[in-house]
Amino acid sequence: MSDLISMTLAEARDAIRAKKISSRELTGAFVSAIEKARPLNAFITEAGEQALTMADAADKRIAAGQIGALEGLPLAIKDLFCTKGVRTTAASKILGNFVPPYESTVTQNLWDAGAVMLGKTNLDEFAMGSSNETSAFGNVINPWRAKNSNVNLVPGGSSGGSSAAVAADLCLAATGTDTGGSIRQPAAVTGRVGLKPTYGRCSRFGVVAFASSLDQAGPMTKTVKDAAIMLKTMASVDAKDSTSVDIEVPDYEKLLEGGIKGLRVGIPKEYRIDGVPAEINALWTRGAEWLKAQGAEIVEVSLPHTKYALPTYYIVAPAEASSNLARYDGVKFGYRAEGVRDITDLYEKSRGQGFGAEVQRRILIGTYVLSAGYYDAYYSRAQKLRTLIKRDFEQAFEKCDVLLTPTTPGPAFGVGAKTSDPLEMYLQDVFTVTVNLAGLPGISVPAGLSENGLPLGLQLIGKAFDEATLLRAALAVETAADFKHSPAKWWSV
Amino acid sequence: MNAPIKNKLLKGETSEWEIVIGMEVHAQILSQSKLFSGASTTFGAEPNNNVSFIDAGFPGMLPVINEKCVEQAVRTGLGLKAKINLRSLFDRKNYFYPDLPQGYQISQYKDPIVGEGEVLIDLKDGESIKVGIERLHLEQDAGKSLHDQHPDHSFVDLNRSGIALMEIVTKPHMRTSEEAAAFLKKLRAIVRYLGTCDGNMDEGSMRADVNVSVCRVGGYDEFRKTGSFKTLGTRCEIKNVNSMRFIAQAVEYEARRQIEVIEGGGTIAQETRLYDSKLGETRSMRSKEEAHDYRYFPDPDLLPLEFEQSWVDAIAKTLPELPDEKKARFVKGGLSPYDASVLVAERELADYYEELAKGVDAKAAANWLNNEILGRLNRDGLSITDVPVSAAANNAIIQMISDQTISGKIAKDLLDIVWTEGGDPRQVVEARGMKQVTDTGAIDAAIEAVIAANPDKVEEVKAKPKLSAWFVGQVMKQTGGKANPVAVNAALKTRLNLPDEG
Amino acid sequence: MSVDKDTVRRIAKLARLAVPESRLEPMAGELSGIFQWVEMLCEVNVEGVPTMTSVVAQKLKWRKDDVTDGNQADALMINAPGGEDHFFVVPKVVE
Repeated sequence: MSDLISMTLAEARDAIRAKKISSRELTGAFVSAIEKARPLNAFITEAGEQALTMADAADKRIAAGQIGALEGLPLAIKDLFCTKGVRTTAASKILGNFVPPYESTVTQNLWDAGAVMLGKTNLDEFAMGSSNETSAFGNVINPWRAKNSNVNLVPGGSSGGSSAAVAADLCLAATGTDTGGSIRQPAAVTGRVGLKPTYGRCSRFGVVAFASSLDQAGPMTKTVKDAAIMLKTMASVDAKDSTSVDIEVPDYEKLLEGGIKGLRVGIPKEYRIDGVPAEINALWTRGAEWLKAQGAEIVEVSLPHTKYALPTYYIVAPAEASSNLARYDGVKFGYRAEGVRDITDLYEKSRGQGFGAEVQRRILIGTYVLSAGYYDAYYSRAQKLRTLIKRDFEQAFEKCDVLLTPTTPGPAFGVGAKTSDPLEMYLQDVFTVTVNLAGLPGISVPAGLSENGLPLGLQLIGKAFDEATLLRAALAVETAADFKHSPAKWWSV
Repeated sequence: MNAPIKNKLLKGETSEWEIVIGMEVHAQILSQSKLFSGASTTFGAEPNNNVSFIDAGFPGMLPVINEKCVEQAVRTGLGLKAKINLRSLFDRKNYFYPDLPQGYQISQYKDPIVGEGEVLIDLKDGESIKVGIERLHLEQDAGKSLHDQHPDHSFVDLNRSGIALMEIVTKPHMRTSEEAAAFLKKLRAIVRYLGTCDGNMDEGSMRADVNVSVCRVGGYDEFRKTGSFKTLGTRCEIKNVNSMRFIAQAVEYEARRQIEVIEGGGTIAQETRLYDSKLGETRSMRSKEEAHDYRYFPDPDLLPLEFEQSWVDAIAKTLPELPDEKKARFVKGGLSPYDASVLVAERELADYYEELAKGVDAKAAANWLNNEILGRLNRDGLSITDVPVSAAANNAIIQMISDQTISGKIAKDLLDIVWTEGGDPRQVVEARGMKQVTDTGAIDAAIEAVIAANPDKVEEVKAKPKLSAWFVGQVMKQTGGKANPVAVNAALKTRLNLPDEG
Repeated sequence: MSVDKDTVRRIAKLARLAVPESRLEPMAGELSGIFQWVEMLCEVNVEGVPTMTSVVAQKLKWRKDDVTDGNQADALMINAPGGEDHFFVVPKVVE
């Protein structure tokens, strides 16, 4: 059984098409793996029974020769995507037992392609966090442990349940969402691939909003090829999302071939940041050498406003969030506080009790920066900086085709290690957040182990809507890194 | 603006005051579906039936704009002779209220779709004034809370939530309650001509908030000269004045209240007030008083609203003739400015008039419409759209009057007949012998013949005037029933020297 | 920019968040830390820089004026914490 669940998405797809395995067999293996892995707390809602029903339906279609792009392939879904008839929580108490009467476009695309849903994965509440420790459903444990240690580590965040599920072989692949690094950072610290597409590539319809101008759904997978396969199905032009872009979705898997000879890879000098461990910079240098060895041209580029990206993000994202989260008021759905005096009391208590500490902190930041007298100093200034940050990239891309950077400032850290100081936690996104602010695609590829035996990732950043080139470069890193490590399955003994 | 201001002053205890009025009108756009969702806009549906998950602010729902609503806003802007902005932005106005399900209203704040324009209004004394339009923007309507169904609960119906509104903001260019009412009437006429809003104030598809302030005499002219608000008083916003009649009352009340406060040594606080039509007074809305800070910012779910000038030009080509142009044409056709302005106030009335006046004297048609048709509609409690006699039929009556087929008096009887019984007026005139016989010679000859044959009857009728009916019958016989009985009666009376009633 | 306890109270009121009195002071400290860090944005000269309104070059999608949604009052109410006869119910609001 364990070889079934350790297959890549591409391998499983080919095995199903060759009728070597059935979707039911494969799905059953994952369902039982998920049950055994409960100590990781990767799932908020397991949907084993429904998964087997979906698998049977897929097997029937396979028998009838109707084979979709992801026919019969079991996936895990971040619990930020609304799934019709299946509880959707955003890892918050405020959504109560919300059962959406509708399906998100991204998940609908997956089911239309024949995929099977194993369950809804844990995350930081409303995707606000970098360690999956703000979830109202408890934190997620990283399947990885440091050398000679049994200390529990975080799986990154906010897509920590998805990253842990993919790392622990609890699904073939998972969906994530990325607002400031929430796909790439957790993928990096769990030794998996995480792709944040260009803003507008995947529809946001039916995805619980955190920060609308930054949120983007993407795949978390075992390999770059799997990411290409997943993206092809997740992405679409959606009439229900005004910010979804009218550009046809290419066949990313086919476009993976061809190598990177002549590809210009930019190394942004501002990404050498004080205090980042030497091993991160060493891995970065090695990555550049790998690409060079495969025929790429390495060029140094400058992104002068890099250091302003994180503070810019911590104005823009909370501002949008403070407004996006106003709809959680205890009136139409979700949690409503008991024993309230009047409508204001109902609002204040429902929201005060329903939102966790980090979400409340960000709502307060966002409310403050938009309030009268502060808008220009904060929000308006931040949106101007965003223009400058985007310009930096546009200028850099005149000299190169992709950028190579580290994904995170370090490997996975211990549970509780960074919860006392919000700023320290926010620094987790220092390499990833610029990409969201500029709306560009970025991917993290596992590239090696830290001194203490934990996975580290390298990030590649592409031009808008050029995921094809980005994936080709990522494949080159993946090939050279030849990352074959996997965590010991300590939870299922 | 340069008209004598005497009649625009309000007398207080110690001095005279000027009133300055501005308005914010919310006009519901005529469209099938809502501004950002595909739910229906039909009025009066079952509770929460015309609601999409977008209108109810459900998680993950996103707005997509209705092209018709954009077109209607542009059309209205053109009708207000206003600047159309080819690029505008949607902002979120953030506040909490049970009938605001998203926790924000999508509106336009800094960059509206329509900029400055103007509306010309006609006053009773013949004066015309221009009211400046500051802007028009698109926004979502809120739902409805029912507060009086239960002692402890309010009930929320989101059917109206998300319907497209145009908020039309005027400059403070009105000075009397009459001007304020005239402005709203004119604006209503314009949007109804354009087909962008049905102007139905009862159903709330047009709602006005009125800003009222008072200042010392001369303050307004100074404001118009300098553009500075310094010489104007502090304004109060009166919310949701939902009928033409209430506007005048609310303005009068509020202006007098402010004068009283100031003359009593107090100051006016800028606040929102509610007009209570039952008590005929305005009162402070405490619920709106708590510091509101709407935290406007561009809606990140939407991109800038952009379109080409050529699209605007194409819409401009489809604009109907508007009240001002129609009025000018009517005046040119011979109507007085006052008559013309009354007729163009309602597009249906103007259309009716135009058909009524085809080929006949304009003034005669207007008089017939005002005195006969509108009089009867008024009596029966009907509106021009319900008029039971078509404009063409009335046109025929007017033609029969003018070519003397029937007398003016008979024409009124004729209208009464077709009003209640229906039928073609010309046929009725034929069938009932209502034709006026102009050939009095024929009637007189017939009378002479009857007298000559019946001398004894002449003496009898002189004693008993009631017997004249016998003569009428004989004369009708003589003329083969073609004589007008009325005319015969009259001729007989003269010939036989009969008293008036007999 | 340092944020005091009263400011936190005011902002929490605007955001309709019941923040316990005992949390106001610590929250003021946390927010002050964040806003001091954000101050670095003031170093940048942003004069003449346009504010970003959309991160991708895309024209706003327009929808046809068709009725395609609604008629689902039951589905709308299934998650409602207070619902009666297809109305959402809240404590009485006084205007």
